[in-house]
Amino acid sequence: MESRGVIRDWLKKEGSAYAFLSGYAVLFIVFIVVPVIAAVLLSFTFFDAIQTPRFVGLGNYIALLTQDDTFMKYVLPNTIQFAVLVGPGGYSLAFLLAWMLAQLPKIPRTILAVILYSPSMTAAVAMAVVWKALFSGDQTGYLNSFLMSMGLLTEPIQWLQSPQHLMTIMIIVTLWSSMGIGFLAMLAGILEISPELYEAAAIDGMSSRLQEIFYITIPSMKPQMLFGAVMALVGTFQAGAIGVTLSGTNPTPQYAGQLIVNHIEDYGFLRYEMGYAAAVSVVLLLMVLFFTRLATRLFASDT
Amino acid sequence: MTWLRRYSGVRNRGINPQGFHVSQIKFYVFLVPLAGLMLLPIVFIISNAFKPPDELFAFPPRFLVVNPTFKNFTDLFSKLTNAGIPVSRYLFNSILITVVTLAASIVVSSTAAYALSKKRFKLKKMLFAINNVALMFVPIAVTIPRFLVIERLGLLNTFWVHILPVLAMPVGLFLLKQFIDGIPDEVIEAAQVDGASDWWIYWRVILPMIRPALATIAILTFQAAWNNSEISTLYVNNESLRTLAFYLGTLTTTTTGANVVAGQGIAAAAALIMFLPNLVIFILLQSQVMSTMAHSGLK
Repeated sequence: MESRGVIRDWLKKEGSAYAFLSGYAVLFIVFIVVPVIAAVLLSFTFFDAIQTPRFVGLGNYIALLTQDDTFMKYVLPNTIQFAVLVGPGGYSLAFLLAWMLAQLPKIPRTILAVILYSPSMTAAVAMAVVWKALFSGDQTGYLNSFLMSMGLLTEPIQWLQSPQHLMTIMIIVTLWSSMGIGFLAMLAGILEISPELYEAAAIDGMSSRLQEIFYITIPSMKPQMLFGAVMALVGTFQAGAIGVTLSGTNPTPQYAGQLIVNHIEDYGFLRYEMGYAAAVSVVLLLMVLFFTRLATRLFASDT
Repeated sequence: MTWLRRYSGVRNRGINPQGFHVSQIKFYVFLVPLAGLMLLPIVFIISNAFKPPDELFAFPPRFLVVNPTFKNFTDLFSKLTNAGIPVSRYLFNSILITVVTLAASIVVSSTAAYALSKKRFKLKKMLFAINNVALMFVPIAVTIPRFLVIERLGLLNTFWVHILPVLAMPVGLFLLKQFIDGIPDEVIEAAQVDGASDWWIYWRVILPMIRPALATIAILTFQAAWNNSEISTLYVNNESLRTLAFYLGTLTTTTTGANVVAGQGIAAAAALIMFLPNLVIFILLQSQVMSTMAHSGLK
């Protein structure tokens, strides 16, 4: 009897909150929490998608660190190179553009913001149409045609199939579409800063724009800067499919554009070594967590 | 000399100016060419979608269309895929899936955000913290376990597999919750004093007040659902349940010369159909998005 009373009290007090939460919570658990836990568990097994998983302890992780030449020689360096250039690069670019846009009146600001954001809302598959035509390997490709008419090239270059160029093109394409939701947050954050702050600083003798940025703008919008940083990081690691989309093959030519995400797909869906692929997934999730921790350290506000 | 003062006055300098000021010229000089450059691929898609075959394969290649034609679009819709499915079926699937996903995700995220923001219960702080960690979630990283979960639930090759996995969107819940935080508690207390139930408050008080945030969630969900080709690739074998984004992917991932030639006009038309709704919706709702983003900070 007593326990029933406790339950009824709890239902009365907190029941409706959980009722409101339930829809999201169920989907969140099923499609986010369970897969993450399953990935961790699978990463300790050998699993080929047909037989039951066999426990192998840390075997997959040890193999990843010691035997996977492709991972160490191509995938990891590629991912780091890509992430370092696209992550902080795209992030700084987003801040710089947001800051410039904030200095313009409303109408031109809105028009320019929509244009700068527009590449981010395009599906990767839709964009592949464009980039493939631009970087097409024969002389009808726009870039080849342009360079040849300028006399800079004598014969067409296989841009998307050549290991020397693929990574550069991947970085350009990703930067081009990196003005995502973080960029919008930063723009809104800059516009929200009260003008009195700048006036007060001007009275105190602050004169250069650079000082303004570092002592007023960025500190006043730390929460938006952090949100932007997290979105940029996730975007960077999500962007992994671009190399495969552009070159049309997985693995990419001589592993030139191979990123962790492609490595996971390679092992999981082409070789059916699910346990091993899960271990790589866990490493990827840990990398994202590590970098967001780093970003939080940088931008955490004291309040 | 009033015009001079107008264009060089203090009022129009700095952040969020009211009008033009000479100091803005340097920003235009940088931003306008850059915006032009960012726009080029999109102009290219539009132009290509209307090019007749001889212009598509002209040498040297020409960027803009000279004699626009709708042939690529009529070809697209009259085309049957290898499996004998008309492309219009893919378009219909995409539209239906996107509409259902939009409606469901707005309901699911806004109810949860209301509870997390305005209700008092023990696990509240912890649940929001978990959601914030999930902001960093990279779905591609757990493709395989996700596949197993979806398989066990019997969702493979169903209509629902396109919708359910997209609904739990940590960014959406986060943005909505931050926005609802901005609604004063007094508004809700006043309604409670009048004897309103929780659902009534949610429906009549909260929902009307969070329209800008709902518009933002709508855009994000739209992009996620409309552009999604992965679900069709991974979880659906039944051709008649796949989406336009998937079909476009099949046109572009084949690198063999013959297919590129045959499919380029069609691919451009499909790419334009994929891109335009995104752009139109964003332009219509962008002011709401900006007002939501002002609340978007992570602490």
